[in-house]
Amino acid sequence: MVLPTLILLPLIGAVAVALVPKNRSELVFPLGLAVSIPPLVAALWVAANFTVGEASFQFVTDHTLSESLGIGWRLGIDGISLWLVVLTALLFPLAVAASTAITDRTKSYLVAMLILETGLLGVFLALDLLLFFAFFEIVLVPMYLLIGIWGSENRGYASLKFVLFTGAGSVFLLGGIIVLGLFTGDLVDRLSSFDIRVMLDVELSSTAQLWLFLAFGIAFAIKVPIVPFHTWLPDAHTEAPTAASVILAGVLLKMGGYGFLRFNMTLFPEATVDLVWVLAVLGVIGIVYGAVVAIVQPDIKRLVAYSSVSHMGFVLLGLFALTSQGLTGGVFVMISHGLVTGALFLLVGMLYDRRHTRLIDDYGGIATVMPIYAGFFLYMAFASIGLPGLSGFVGELAVLVGSYLTLPVLAIIAASGVILAAVYLLWAYERVFTGPITNSANEGLHDLGLREIAIIVPLILIVLAIGIYPKPILDRIQPSVDLILERIEATTSYEVPEHGATVDEGAG
Amino acid sequence: MIDYLWVLIVLPLLGAAALIVFGKRIGDPWSGRLASALVGTAFLIAAGFTVPLVTGNGHPETVELFSWIPVLGVEVSLLWDPLAALMTLIVTGVGFLIHVYAVGYMHGDERFGRFFGYMNLFIASMLTLVLASNFVVMFVGWELVGLSSYLLISFWFVRPAASAAGKKAFIVNRIGDWGFLVALLLIFAAFGTFEFAAVFAEAPTGLTTGMATAITLLLFLGAVGKSAQIPLYVWLPDAMEGPTPVSALIHAATMVTAGIYMIARTAVLFGLAPATLTVVATVGAATALFAATLAMGQRDIKRVLAYSTISQLGYMVMAVGVTAFTAGMFHLMTHAFFKALLFLGAGAVIHAVAGEQDMSRMGGLRKVMPITFWTMVVAWLAIAGVAPLSGFWSKDEILAAAFAHGGYFVFLWAIGVVAALLTAFYMTRLMILTFGGEERWPDGVEASEAPPILTVPLVILAVLSATAGIFNTPFRLGLEHFLEPSFEGVTQQLPPAGATVVALAALALVVALVGIFWGWARYSRRLPVEEGGFWGAAVEGYRVDDWYGRLVVAPGKAMATWAAEILDGRIIDGVVNGVGGGVKSFGNSLSGTQSGLVRWYGAVMAAGTLGLLLWLLLSGGLF
Repeated sequence: MVLPTLILLPLIGAVAVALVPKNRSELVFPLGLAVSIPPLVAALWVAANFTVGEASFQFVTDHTLSESLGIGWRLGIDGISLWLVVLTALLFPLAVAASTAITDRTKSYLVAMLILETGLLGVFLALDLLLFFAFFEIVLVPMYLLIGIWGSENRGYASLKFVLFTGAGSVFLLGGIIVLGLFTGDLVDRLSSFDIRVMLDVELSSTAQLWLFLAFGIAFAIKVPIVPFHTWLPDAHTEAPTAASVILAGVLLKMGGYGFLRFNMTLFPEATVDLVWVLAVLGVIGIVYGAVVAIVQPDIKRLVAYSSVSHMGFVLLGLFALTSQGLTGGVFVMISHGLVTGALFLLVGMLYDRRHTRLIDDYGGIATVMPIYAGFFLYMAFASIGLPGLSGFVGELAVLVGSYLTLPVLAIIAASGVILAAVYLLWAYERVFTGPITNSANEGLHDLGLREIAIIVPLILIVLAIGIYPKPILDRIQPSVDLILERIEATTSYEVPEHGATVDEGAG
Repeated sequence: MIDYLWVLIVLPLLGAAALIVFGKRIGDPWSGRLASALVGTAFLIAAGFTVPLVTGNGHPETVELFSWIPVLGVEVSLLWDPLAALMTLIVTGVGFLIHVYAVGYMHGDERFGRFFGYMNLFIASMLTLVLASNFVVMFVGWELVGLSSYLLISFWFVRPAASAAGKKAFIVNRIGDWGFLVALLLIFAAFGTFEFAAVFAEAPTGLTTGMATAITLLLFLGAVGKSAQIPLYVWLPDAMEGPTPVSALIHAATMVTAGIYMIARTAVLFGLAPATLTVVATVGAATALFAATLAMGQRDIKRVLAYSTISQLGYMVMAVGVTAFTAGMFHLMTHAFFKALLFLGAGAVIHAVAGEQDMSRMGGLRKVMPITFWTMVVAWLAIAGVAPLSGFWSKDEILAAAFAHGGYFVFLWAIGVVAALLTAFYMTRLMILTFGGEERWPDGVEASEAPPILTVPLVILAVLSATAGIFNTPFRLGLEHFLEPSFEGVTQQLPPAGATVVALAALALVVALVGIFWGWARYSRRLPVEEGGFWGAAVEGYRVDDWYGRLVVAPGKAMATWAAEILDGRIIDGVVNGVGGGVKSFGNSLSGTQSGLVRWYGAVMAAGTLGLLLWLLLSGGLF
């Protein structure tokens, strides 16, 4: 019962916000913030009651909607989705709290945000592929509206690009889902079935696996995004209002990584093994390319957007390393990136609220007038750089160690990301924050207020806490990714290399 | 008792947290006093832990704290052995003196509290590096000292030069860190663990020479960055933009020696890779000489000391390269004393002449700053290698070991001897330009002796610089014996026995005296014009930074710009917009207006997906 509740809570919140009468508009924002809290409470309750060491789905809800088509309202959570759900539920209240600059059609804005949250939670919890697809598409709509209505100057172009890109991927995804559903139907003697637990037993030919992998993969590749399908992202991030950027980078991109892990790697093991090289190479290209392009971005938001391309490359490399370390690390990078990049977008938004420019050249020396802000930004920059002790390091190290075992050359190239991340972030920091104040428009900037500090501090503490003690998170991720690996080993000739063995000693 | 080893790290870490957040409120001087007290306490505790190791009642111990990254089998665990103890005592001991000095030196700075927060953060980071019992925790400390260094170099961030220097230090170090990081990957692949004990136990039988060479070369790349060796030394001279106590603590006495410590710690692995050792020794000797020639030509007193540090680090690297690990650690210790003293003395001088760092505008300070002068005399003679001061013993031990290593390494010994000559020369130059001759201070400067809070640490360091040699003379190898448990199973190069070592020592002493005499002869009477030719080139660091700019930075930036503007902006996005444009015009022909299409598209999509969900909701029980 908890998972349907979790999914519906934001939707109920959206209805509540929508029902606020016109003459009481001062209540809209506080109410929107208030209703974004219960999903977080529910998510934390799930995390607290999650059984450690259990690899398969927990808190399962299973209701058949159509017997003959094999469609059902099926929800469940495992170690892979658990933290993505918690991350989603955590980022929404913060993103809403950071939306005070939205004064135009606040009510619609909050309703869109809350529907977006329902969609995202549904994506991570659905165990039925059609249900998953429905949520996958629901996410598009409010995000499209958030960018298109509340975005900055070039919002029309950016939102259209976002929709067309993702929509194009969805076409393939839907086709793939239906074909796979029909295959599964044969298995259970019905027309079709979309229960992914049933789908695991379908025996697919190598060719079928390959085509289905590609159909699913394109949709997820656009979401991750994998170079060269990434160009919607800098535009969407840059034009989106702060909260939408936070959710885009923090959660939406993870739909891609999650999709690969949950569907491609689980359902099409043979194709996965065959395509490891392609995807791992694309991941490494993303790491290096995203970082190199980030160096010369004149716009802070675009810079952070390209850094996302780089970090998501680590996710891809980790997943397709096909080792316990790589997979666990890849999922952890998703969580860490969600927190850190979410925080960076929140911070950039706070600066934008003051000066209405994102251009690095318009700033310089503002650490003098905004010392707290500068400190927060530098903290998150170092988290993004992968400084040990903060969350970024744990996942990236696990990804690199895990990918070295199977793809040594790629891991060594990927490790150069540590240099490049320092280059683009510290150079940007230098130009925005240090030196004397060169632009008189920045002299009067006031430092962060209490509300803004309260938004960032939780993220600072979490990034530190899971950087120092990631064990509770890793212990829940690992059994579930190991299950995927076991399945790949069982159905293909692939063998996880030796040093996976030491994992057990360490975990004990 | 040893279970509380973590207290050593946590004390300064708490100080760092408190002072970074509340430093402004705690203020000047209490922030400094708190920070100093914490480091001092850590020193006393460390000394207590060291006693059993000295008396021979103790043995190396590992303290496991908690499981950190279970999927990699990484534990946070600490190791207390003689090597760790020696480094801890240096870091906290010298660190304490420099903290006390900084309370006086930084007095009146607007961000006084923040400064001490960063200083404590550095101590905590350095102790993490030193006390680590596995490669990953060591890497954590390694990165965190890099962070502290960045924060402290760019402490006065309003000065663009300071800000740029901090960034440069971090990025150049990251190039080395890449090596360390990749070494971690190889180590895990080879051993399935990062624990020192397990790796060192298995390495002699389980590691091929090729793999050992690869791992150690990558680790050495890390050391080249952190310990400022050729070709990654370029960040250290710029790091002098940081406040002088920072230069003394981080960029002379402790952090920059981390590379030497790391090689000593992993001596077992380096011992398995003779090819790497040759590279290490060669890089060390080359750096020792190269940086010494640069130190000769600097006018800025701190830059002399910066290049001098690079040069002295070269000696230490050469020592570990010829497997004289104890000799390397010995010089690390004596250098920590006399180089910290030189920097702190230079800081006192700079304060006295109102921030001037150009030695050509100093002179004559011996009369007004007698304590600073005499303590620096001790340091000068120590680094120059005059017996019986500490530097004589430690440097001589390195050179003797290189000589005894034989063959090609005798050539490196010769390079080391030449570098020693230059060292004696440039230090004499520094002393005479600063303290000797006429007063050349800027107008209006009233130079006077520094207050006791600055001079007391100088005096203590002077005593140590003078006497620390007794820890390991050829007659009584105290340090050698003390460190034995840390170098179990490691073959070390010892200095030659009998007459040879005496002859080498005598030669070293003569070289030192010649260097001093040369400097004396050149500078004691008049100030020679040092422009153009060698002097001009040396002041500009042989324009190495320019070359890096032209060969690495500029092409890198051009490539990044090309990738961003042409590849990403025109080619990839061009294709996208082409496709998009096609769709758009198709849509336009259907619906008429462009904006109409967008809304229509969105509305249809919204209706479709919501409809699907609605259908799911209505057609069956949700719960």
